[in-house]
Amino acid sequence: MKPRLIVSRQMPGPVGARIRAEFDCPWPEGRDMDAEEMLQQVRDTQAEALLFSSHLKLDAAVIARIPDHVRIAATCSVGFEHIDVAAARARGLPVTNTPDVLTDCTADLTMLLILGACRRAHEYEAIMRAGWRRGYGLGEMLGVRASGKRLGIVGLGRIGQAVARRARGFNMRILYNNPRRLPEDIEEGATYFADLREMLPQCDILTLHARGGPATAGLMNAETFALLPKGAVFVNASRGGLVDEEALIAALRSGHLFAAGLDVYHNEPAFDLRLAELPNTFLFPHMGSATIETRTAMGMRALDNIAAVLAGRPPIDPLWN
Amino acid sequence: MVKPVLLITRRLPPAVEARAAEHFDARLNPDDSPRSGADILRLAQGADAVLCCPAEKLDGATIGALPATVKVIGTFSVGFDHIDIAACRVRNLPVVNTPDVLSVATAECCMLLILAASRRAGEGERLVRSGGWTGWTPTQLLGTQVSGRRLGIFGMGRIGRELARMARGFGMSVHYRDVARLPEPLEAGAIWHDDDASFLAASEVLSLNAPGGAATRDWLNAERIALLPRGAVVVNAARGTLIDDAALIAALQTGQVGFAGLDVYAGEPALNPGYLALENVVLLPHLGSATRETRDAMGHLVLDGIEAVLAGREPANLVR
Repeated sequence: MKPRLIVSRQMPGPVGARIRAEFDCPWPEGRDMDAEEMLQQVRDTQAEALLFSSHLKLDAAVIARIPDHVRIAATCSVGFEHIDVAAARARGLPVTNTPDVLTDCTADLTMLLILGACRRAHEYEAIMRAGWRRGYGLGEMLGVRASGKRLGIVGLGRIGQAVARRARGFNMRILYNNPRRLPEDIEEGATYFADLREMLPQCDILTLHARGGPATAGLMNAETFALLPKGAVFVNASRGGLVDEEALIAALRSGHLFAAGLDVYHNEPAFDLRLAELPNTFLFPHMGSATIETRTAMGMRALDNIAAVLAGRPPIDPLWN
Repeated sequence: MVKPVLLITRRLPPAVEARAAEHFDARLNPDDSPRSGADILRLAQGADAVLCCPAEKLDGATIGALPATVKVIGTFSVGFDHIDIAACRVRNLPVVNTPDVLSVATAECCMLLILAASRRAGEGERLVRSGGWTGWTPTQLLGTQVSGRRLGIFGMGRIGRELARMARGFGMSVHYRDVARLPEPLEAGAIWHDDDASFLAASEVLSLNAPGGAATRDWLNAERIALLPRGAVVVNAARGTLIDDAALIAALQTGQVGFAGLDVYAGEPALNPGYLALENVVLLPHLGSATRETRDAMGHLVLDGIEAVLAGREPANLVR
C-alpha cells in the first residue's frame, strides 16, 4: 500500500508524476489549499505526510490541529519563516526544507539582476514594447558596465559563493562581509570585511545573501546606503526584510544609487508600488528558484524527505536536529 | 599654435567632447541633429578630420566630394559598413575605428540576454509593474536554468570569446562555429564544430556573434532552427540581418525555440512587429555597447587614431 500524502500546493509536472507513482494522493499535481482545507484533507485521507510551501502559514494554532497520523511536514522551499519551528518541535512533528538544490538557479538570477540593473534592462525593454522607432545618440541612455567592477557580497554562503564564481568571469573584484572569515580555498581571493560599514564605501555593486531574521532586519538603511559610493548598483535576491525600502527608494530617487535589481520585498506580493514607478529598478516577482529544473528538484527533494521519514529513516533536511 | 579642425557629426559623451574641444577646433553638434551626406560636405569645409557615426552613410560620392583638407575619417563604431572604404583608398584617406573596446560591454549584453530570456525577465517585470502580482507559487513563470547548459557561439571573434569566458563562470560548456578552428589558447576549452548540424544540435543556448553582410544574411533560418534542440534559447546582439525574423517568430510560437533575447534587428529602429506580440522574447534597443565606460573608451580610441594620423604616425586602429 502506498503512503498517504496531501500536497497543498501546485507542483511541476515531473513531481506530480512521481507522487502519482509512489504515493496515495487525491491530487498528485497539488492543489492550492488554505490551512482549513489542508487540515480537512489531511483528516479525510488519514494522511501520513504533508507537502506544502510558503503560501501556507504553519503557525502554532495550525500545528496544534495537525492530527498525529501526520509523521512529516515537508516545505518545498529553502526559507521557513512561514513555520513556527518551536511549535512543531514541541509537538514532535518533523519539518524539512529543500536547501542546496536552488543555489545555482538563484546565483544565475542574481547575476541577471546585476546585469539588468547596470544595463537598464527595464527601461530598454519598455522602449521596445512601446515600439522603439528612434535610434539613440551615442551619449544617450547609457548604462554602467558591470565587468571589472568591485562586487560586495553580504553573506558568502552557498549562494554568495556561487555568485562570486560567476562574477569572476566578468573580472569583478570580490569583497565580502560575513559573520566569520572563510578558509582561503573558499575565499578564492575575495577580500574579507568583518565590518559591513568598512566594506560599503568600496563596493561599486552590492548584493545581499545574508540570512533573514531580527539580527539582519533593515541591514541596508539610510545610513548604510549612504556609505555606498555615489552611482552604486544594489541587488537583493535573498530576503526583503534585509532592506529598509523607504531608504532604498530615497537613494534611487536622489541618484545616489544608479539602479537596483530586486527579486524580494518587505511585503510580498503587496510590495511597495513606488518601486515600480521608478525607472531605475529592475524587478522580479520572487523568481530566484523559478526554473523548471530547480522547482522540480525542490519538489523531488521534499519527496525524498517524506519518503525517508515514512520508511523509518531520519529526514535528510530537518529544520532542527 | 593653430588647432586642427575636427568635424564631429553627432553628440558624443561629455568626456570625449571635452577632449576634442581641448585638442581640436571642434565643430560639435549640440542638438544631435541627424546629418546627411550634403550636411557633412558643407560642414567639413576647411576641416582636417571628420568623426562620424554609423548612422551617416559616407558613400563613394560623398567621400569623393570631401574637401582636400580632410586627412582622416574616424568612425565611432567597430563596423564600417557605412563608409565606402574603396573610395577612401582611392583618395588615400585613412579611416580609423573603435575595435576591441566594446567587446566586454557587448558580451555582457549577450549574457544579459541569455539570462533575461531564459528566466523570463520581461514577463516577470511586467507582472510586477502591473501591480497585479498575487504572490509566489511553485509553478509561476518557470524559466529554464542557464548554469550548466551547453552554449553555442556562432562567430568566435573577440566578443564571442569574452562571452565564452563569462559563460564558463556559469559552468556552461562552450561550443563554437567559425570558418576556422582557433589556436588552443584562444579556444580555452571551447569545442569547434566544422558543420552547422553538429553545432546547432549542441546549442541549448545559441548566441550569434558573427559579422553581418551578404555571407551571413538570414543565417538562422527555418532549416537551421529545426536543427536546434527543442526549447533552445537564441540571443543576438550582433547584426539583425543574421536572423530570418519570420522563421524565428514561427519557432517561438511553436516552442521549437523556447526563448529569445534580441538587441539588434533587420531594419532598425523598426522591427518585425511579430516580436512585440510574443511574451517569450526579451527585446533591447541596440544598446549592446551602451555603457558610459565603453562609450568613453570608444571616443578616446577614435580620437587617438585621428590624432596619430594628423601627427604623421600610424594609428593602431587603422581600418585596412
